[in-house]
Amino acid sequence: MCIAPNAGLDDSWSGLAFVGESLACRRGTRLLFENLSFSVRSGEALVVTGANGVGKSSLLRLAAGLLTATSGRARLEGDAADTRMSERTHYLGHDDALKASLTVRENLGFWRAVLGSQGLPVEDALDEVGLGGLGRLPAMVLSAGQKRRLAIARLLVSRRPLWVLDEPTTALDAQAQARFAALGRTHLQAGGLILAATHTPLDFGPGARELRLGAPR
Amino acid sequence: MTAPFLALVHRDFLLAMRAGGGAGLGVVFFLSVVTVVPFAVGPDLALLARIAPAILWIGAMLASLIGLERLFAADVEDGSMDALAGAVLPLELVTAAKGLAHWLATGLPLVVAAPFLALMLNLDLPGIGALMATLLVGTPAVTALGLIGAAFAGAFRRGGLLIAVLVLPLAIPVLIFAVSATNAAITGPVPFGTPFQVLAGLSLFALVLGPVAAAAALRAAR
Repeated sequence: MCIAPNAGLDDSWSGLAFVGESLACRRGTRLLFENLSFSVRSGEALVVTGANGVGKSSLLRLAAGLLTATSGRARLEGDAADTRMSERTHYLGHDDALKASLTVRENLGFWRAVLGSQGLPVEDALDEVGLGGLGRLPAMVLSAGQKRRLAIARLLVSRRPLWVLDEPTTALDAQAQARFAALGRTHLQAGGLILAATHTPLDFGPGARELRLGAPR
Repeated sequence: MTAPFLALVHRDFLLAMRAGGGAGLGVVFFLSVVTVVPFAVGPDLALLARIAPAILWIGAMLASLIGLERLFAADVEDGSMDALAGAVLPLELVTAAKGLAHWLATGLPLVVAAPFLALMLNLDLPGIGALMATLLVGTPAVTALGLIGAAFAGAFRRGGLLIAVLVLPLAIPVLIFAVSATNAAITGPVPFGTPFQVLAGLSLFALVLGPVAAAAALRAAR
């Protein structure tokens, strides 16, 4: 595992903090959670746990700006005033956001161009997730685990401080899970922030804390 | 902002061209409509020439709507739309880029195919020129308005019915002025320019309205 950490060269992430202030989320008539506050500082990971349906995914979508909070707000503190939070955030959801008829390289190259803020080149990112040499295959022939790795490679081709990860290791084998945890640790060492929901324990190192969501009301 | 925009146009164009993308469907539909009409109305060349602009435009308009129901739905279902929310592009430019790619893959081929189909309907040379000009200006408007229906279909997971119901009424003015401009070029008495300028105006309006309204629909559904 050897990403060359080019962190801190162009912009420093050390002053960043992702803060949720008394968040509440209502889906339909059901109140998933209320008065939820948390903060994740640079180099820290917050792992959200809780039973199915407790609102983990909603919390993450809310953090990624894909859902509007019923009350309260989530924001990235310490960032330049003119940057939109969505451009500083990676959201890795349940779905892999891949197109079956495009090749592995085309899929990842597309995300690299569209997400901007240049990270690793496509080939390096593929090597990093263990898909090196598969670049010319159409994404439709990949296995579920390989598709997941390709989705994870999206986090590497665009350099963004906040990773919002919803069950990132679904379909990954034990070795790939360990590899992903190592990618996460490297990201944290470079000053990144991680907000993740997961059922499988992921070793994000000393900077990891747990946020337990309670029973739904 | 240009590079991400072009990357999105390129990806959607590739997707349309690859197997299962459905880029050729519109032209095939256009072809079927236009070839069937002479069999239905009979071999009266004068009558065919008179109704040719209307038939060709109805065919082109309906063909432009084919495939729109999957335009955003596919991206919503596979998670691409969530990831695109983090793009350096505003959502309005995301919808515009997807619309442009869709027009390049389905609208532009209609414009290219039109003169050959027009021959089958006994349209004269000035008529063919006018038809191509109106299609070139008018089909982007139909696609742009179609984006609104496509966004609803994607956002609320309802199928193609919504597109016809939402988009056809909005596209009627385009149809009216496009056909009257083509007729004006063939028979007069109104000069071609008058309805054509209205068509161009409608088209500019639609090109602004479509992407903005589609983006609003996608945001509302989050």
